[in-house]
Order: sequence, then structure tokens, then C-alpha cells
Amino acid sequence: MTIRIPTLRAGEPYYSLELQTLTDVRDGSPVAEVSQTLPGMIARDLDRIEEHRRSLDAFTVTELVEICRRAARLFMEAELPLGDSTQTPDDYVRQLAATAGMPEVMGRANMAKIEGVMSGIDGVLDGLTRGLDLSVLDGGWGSQDGRRLSYLRQTEALGAILPNNSPGVHNLWIPAIPLKVALVLKPGSAEPWTPYRIAQAMIQAGCPKEAFSLYPTDYSGAAEVLLRTGRSMFFGDAATVESWKGTGKVEIHGPGWSKVILGADAARDFEHHLDLLVGSVAANGGRSCINASGVWAAGNGREIAEAMAERLARVQARPLDHPEAQLAAFPDPEIARRISEMIDQQLETPGAEDVTARYRDGNRVAEAGGCTFLLPTVVYCEDPSHPLAASEFIFPFAAVVETPADELLSSIGPTLIGSVISGDETFRREALESLSIDRLNLGPIPTYQISWDQPHEGNLFEHLYHQRAFQAA
Amino acid sequence: MDSTIATPTDLSARVAEAKERLDAHVREIVAWHFDPATGCPFWLEKAESFDFDPRSDVKGYDDLKLFGHFEDEWLRGGPVRRWVPKGLAGQPLYVFETGGSTGIPKSRINIRDFEIDYETFGDSLSGASFPPGSDWLMLGPTGPRRLRLAIEHLAQHRDGISFHVDLDPRWVSKLVKKSRWDELDAYKEHVTDQALKILRAHEIRCLFTTPKLLEHLCGKLDIVQAGITGIFCGGTEMNAEFHRFAREELVPGADFIPVYGNTLMGLARGGPFDPAEKDYTITYYPPVPRALFEIVDPDDLDRIVPHGETGRVLLTTLTKEFFMPRFAERDEGERAAPIEQYPWDGVSNLRLFSRFQKSVAVGVY
Repeated sequence: MTIRIPTLRAGEPYYSLELQTLTDVRDGSPVAEVSQTLPGMIARDLDRIEEHRRSLDAFTVTELVEICRRAARLFMEAELPLGDSTQTPDDYVRQLAATAGMPEVMGRANMAKIEGVMSGIDGVLDGLTRGLDLSVLDGGWGSQDGRRLSYLRQTEALGAILPNNSPGVHNLWIPAIPLKVALVLKPGSAEPWTPYRIAQAMIQAGCPKEAFSLYPTDYSGAAEVLLRTGRSMFFGDAATVESWKGTGKVEIHGPGWSKVILGADAARDFEHHLDLLVGSVAANGGRSCINASGVWAAGNGREIAEAMAERLARVQARPLDHPEAQLAAFPDPEIARRISEMIDQQLETPGAEDVTARYRDGNRVAEAGGCTFLLPTVVYCEDPSHPLAASEFIFPFAAVVETPADELLSSIGPTLIGSVISGDETFRREALESLSIDRLNLGPIPTYQISWDQPHEGNLFEHLYHQRAFQAA
Repeated sequence: MDSTIATPTDLSARVAEAKERLDAHVREIVAWHFDPATGCPFWLEKAESFDFDPRSDVKGYDDLKLFGHFEDEWLRGGPVRRWVPKGLAGQPLYVFETGGSTGIPKSRINIRDFEIDYETFGDSLSGASFPPGSDWLMLGPTGPRRLRLAIEHLAQHRDGISFHVDLDPRWVSKLVKKSRWDELDAYKEHVTDQALKILRAHEIRCLFTTPKLLEHLCGKLDIVQAGITGIFCGGTEMNAEFHRFAREELVPGADFIPVYGNTLMGLARGGPFDPAEKDYTITYYPPVPRALFEIVDPDDLDRIVPHGETGRVLLTTLTKEFFMPRFAERDEGERAAPIEQYPWDGVSNLRLFSRFQKSVAVGVY
């Protein structure tokens, strides 16, 4: 039976007459009918968002933290409501695979990541607030280390335009609830499962349902969310997010262009870092902005590319229920083919070679278990200005670029996560001062290894709260 | 048995009767447009290339296939006077535009057609919810479009006055294409603010607006509370979910009438709504015989799809001012069966033709 997924209007399920059918990436069979929300309905509901947010004021931050902890277990283990049906953890993993193409083994790994953030939410909040005594948020002001503090909430709701690529990104908005800000979520078109399950786990754990609105909708509905929530986060490609940059209200999560950067010494010793290089590119199916799309080295570029290609060419396309699946399927096979063609076209520009092509059997586009995949691709770029040197795709892809050490950090371009490996103090100091790198991993740390108490692309607490000057007599 | 419910035989008879009237109308209109004394230069010149004689060979609607398909590109650019029938020469002319967000808009000349179309529609409105003598607010696209004058004429036809607000849909389309959402929102505010001032300053009972503006307006004011009793809504795509949202949340208690129309045709009204059944499917019935739809196989425009099946809208306009045979619209929907009130085919769930959906922004104002 096809699952019916409703809109959540301040926690209340609403079944729309306008439906989007989600189909199984393997055989096109219908999996779910998702209620679509009219933009005007979102705007109308948001007129009452203050009232909905106030439901969180009935709890202290400590109580909401406890709710998150309980929700973590429910998210991981419980059979939770899903529209007019229910969903077990196994159902969730299978449904995620069916519509988003995420292998079940990766779905489970992502579940664990989400569970980790929810159960360790106190640590996350501690990191986000740099150790603030959160009772300050309950009373509006308080004292810490002998100083009076007051924080002013900047919005009633956090809007979030969410992606399809990986459930792990949903960890970024979860802290809004213990920070007493309601959530207005627009799920990715192929992946309503994760935000819906997190919301249900939180509601079952005691969180007021009014704090959750979930609106599957189109681009104009997404615009409505971004316009009518005082603060929001927006996941999207470079072209989509462009018009929302610079408003201060919208935290942009665009392409990462994350990189591993090898100083001269690390480049000489690259074989020692090969696991890290390969893992940074391929972990979680290479789907995240925290995966490396570039390896920039001060030497041995060709050798690094050859070694990475040899290793990554071993990764095979496998069915989504295979226990060793490492690649995610493309819900639309045509997109996989177009991406592959685009890479081939760009390879016609002199100065770049698809090194993996010599190591893998057959085409970059592969099929297995009824799904279409793109096999890992390592491109060696002789020229740092080659278009593929600054490309990012939603599969394990990396450009290896060699540049003299003294030009390296000024050439890399925007880098969400830069894992900089070198024992050279001057190079390390330059990395610390580089404006191109958002999150700096200094030392042999894979790009995907992040800690949620060290936020990148903006700090949610600072996005939601403003520290005001305050005196009381 | 309730005498107002048509039996199948009654309905079949009415359908047959309507078809006869249509065929007679087709003969009259084709004879007019292809008579050298009354026809327009465009069609008279075109007829020179035909291998048939429209005046003798066209005996009814089905014979319009001889003309092939009208191409709306013919309406782009001038000279616009080539569309003026000689039989109507010397009368005051209007020109209305459609499209034009990019490139040259399509133009259609009008003399009385828009007035007749809106009078016919106006005569179908309920006197209780659109009280004769009451005043109107027209909150929709203005400028070189038919709507601005048509709504005003409708109000006048019902002894009312129509208030207006300027709205430039081409600017709105540009903002959408460039993803300038904050400016789009500001423009919507600007337009709605003016409407609110009119609603607060005057005694308005009837409203024409678009779905987006109705949503926005209702976010600012309970317009039913403010005195609006009748609303007709159109100008952009509207689905069953919007219909339900309007009736249940935006304007409960008001008479809500969805309409579909454009510069090339008259005005198709949404079929009757029964509050007890809560079937929010919108089915439009065209103003036969002045204009009608066929719902056809998009890959074989000569094949009408069975009732209930999806097809592309083929639109024909048959007035003395404008002859437009079998134009393939950019819309699709399900072919709806005749009903007592409208004994001819309608179209349900009208939406942008799915093959165009990736390239055209709809319902943006």
C-alpha cells in the first residue's frame, strides 16, 4: 500500500489534494504520496507562529534537552507515526533507500549520526554557546562568571530548506528546539523521511507538536518559508542559493568545495595519507559538502592522482541492500548521465585527465540492482585554473591539483572544510590565516570528520540569538 | 423525482441540441470571415492558399479540421489591422495583449467581444452573492490586458462600479525568473496595500483577483468580514487544493467562482460546487458556441481522448470579431463530460501542459 505523508501544520497532519508521488529508484513503483503545501497556506500558518513557538516556553532548556535525549532513542528504535500508518527503524532505512537512493548500510550509519547529536545535544549546545549557562534563555537574562548576560531571540521560527543528499545534514537544525525556536521545514523532494521521523520522535518524547511544521512544497513555497521566517537555513546548489546571499537572515549551505591540502612534506609522504585522501572523497557515498572534491598538493600531484584512482576504482556499484554498498544511486538516471557527459566535455579542455578511467572496467555510469550510479572519478589537473579543478558533484569526485607550496593556499578558492596536512610551521600559520577556508582541520583529519559542537557555515546559536547589552537594577 | 435533475435522455438531447447550434454557428462565422465583403485581410489572404472553399465546405464544427491548427505566432507583431473584419470597419477598436514577458506580445483586436463575454458570464452570477448594484474591486493584471476593461464592464453591466489597482504581470515574471523573491514580496505588499485601502474606504461586495493575491489579501484582512460576498478568481493556474483552501480557510461563506480565460477566448466558468460533496475538482466549461475546447491526444491532435482521460486543450474561438480554429493551448487536463447546465465538454484539473512545465513559470502573481 502506498504510504500517505501529510503536511504537518504546527504539528497537525493535513492531507492535501495536491500530491507528489515518490517512486522507488529501482523499478519506478510508487512508494509514497506526499501532500504538497500551497505557498499561501504556509504564509497563513506563519501568521500564528508566535503562538506556536510559545508552546516551547512551557519547558526549560534543561527539560527540552532531556526531550531530545529521549527522542534520540525513539528515533533509533521506535515504531513512530508516519501519516496514517507507522514506521519502524527498518522501514525508515528501506524507504530512504527506495526514494533517495541511499544504500541501507549508509542510511543506518546516518541514523547513528543523528542519534548521536540528539542524545549528546547538551554537548552540542555547549559548543554552540561556548559554555553559556542555558538557564539564561529561560529567564531572559542571568549571570555567569560575575557578569550579567542577556540574549535576545531573533526569530519565532527557524525555516529550513532541506536537501535530499544525506540525512546527516538534519543534525544542523535539531538544536533549534532546545533553544526554544519553532521549526518550519521544507523537506527535500525525494527525502521527507528523515525530518518527518525526527519530528515524530521529538513529539513522542514530549516536545509540543506546535513547534514542528513540515511543508513539502515547490520553489515558491520554499521562498515563502525563507521570506516569512526571521532566520533560516537553505541547502542548495550555487545557482539556487545565490539570490538569498547577504540578507543576514538566511544561512546558506551551498556547495562545499572541501579539500585536503598537502604541504610539500605531506605531498612527499602522500602514501601515508592515502586512506585519509580516499576516505575524504568517498565516505557516505561522496554525497556531502564535507566530502573532499579537491586534493591540492605542493608536489607529487600525478602520483597522488594515480594512487587515489587505483584505490577508488575498486569501489563498485552495488544494490542498495548490499551490506558493503559504498555508492548512492541517482533517483533520476538521466541526471547521472548528464553529469558524466559534463565531466567528459570539460575533460576536452586541455590540462586534465580522468585518471580513474585507466583503472576501472567500463564506463563512469554503472548500473546495479536496478539503479544507476556514477563510479568514483579522480581527475588530475595540471592547471589550477582548469574548470574541473573547482568542480563538485554529488558522487565521489576529486580533482588533484599540484601547485607550488608558496602559491597553494592563495589558489584553492572557497573551501568549506580544509584538511591541511603539513609539519611546516610557516605553511600551518598561513593555513590558520587563510580566508578561503571555513572549517580548518589542522593535521591529518579527514574532511568528513566533524564535531557538531564546532559548527561550520555559521553557528546556529548566533543565527538565532543576539547578545544584547543589559543592566538590571 | 427532482425536476431539476436531468435524466440521461434529457442530457443527450441537450447535448445534441447544443451541437446543432454549434454547427449552425460555425457555418455563420466561417461564412462571415471568408466573405470578401466582411472577412479580415488575414483570413481572406490565407484562404487563397486553401485547397477547399471554407464557405461551401465547412458545414459544421468537425469540418474546422480543414483549417489545420491556428498558430498563435500569427498574432505577434503587426500590422494588427489585418485582423479587423471588413464587416466591422469603422467601429472603435481595442487591442489586447497576451504574453510579452520576453519578446513581442501577441495582440488581438476587440470591438465588443470582451463586453459580450463578460455580460454572458455576469448573467450567470448569483444575485445573492454578487448583488446587482454593488461595487467591485478588480485586483489583477491591468495594462494592455483584457481583464482591466472586462471587469469594469461586468461591474457596469450589473449596475456597479469597479475599483482598480495597477498590476504589471510582466514585471512579476521578471522578478520570478531572476529569483528576486524579496522584491516580488514587496511588489505583492504594494499591490495588496492599495487593495486594503479601497476595501476599507468603500463598500465593496464583489471581488475579482488571482489565486496568489487572494492568499495575500486574506493574510491581511478577513475579507468576508469586511463585506465581500462574491469572488471570482482566475488569471493564473488554480488546482483543487487551492479551491479547497479558498473555500475552507480563506473565504469561507463567500461565493467562490473559479474562472479560466485569456485574451484569445472568452471566459470559461468553473462548474457548480456542492458543499455537501466537497469535491473540489475544478471543471471549466467554455462559453459555447462563442468558444469551446476539445481535449486531445498531444501526439495526435485530431484524436479526442475519452471522458476522464488526460489530454491537451485545443481551443477554438468563433466570433464575428475573431476566428481561431483549433489552437493547441499550453494547457492540459482531463476531459469532462457534459452536464445539464453546460451540455458540452469541459476540462478538469487544468494545468500547464506537462511537456512545458520545465520551461514556463506559472501562477506567479
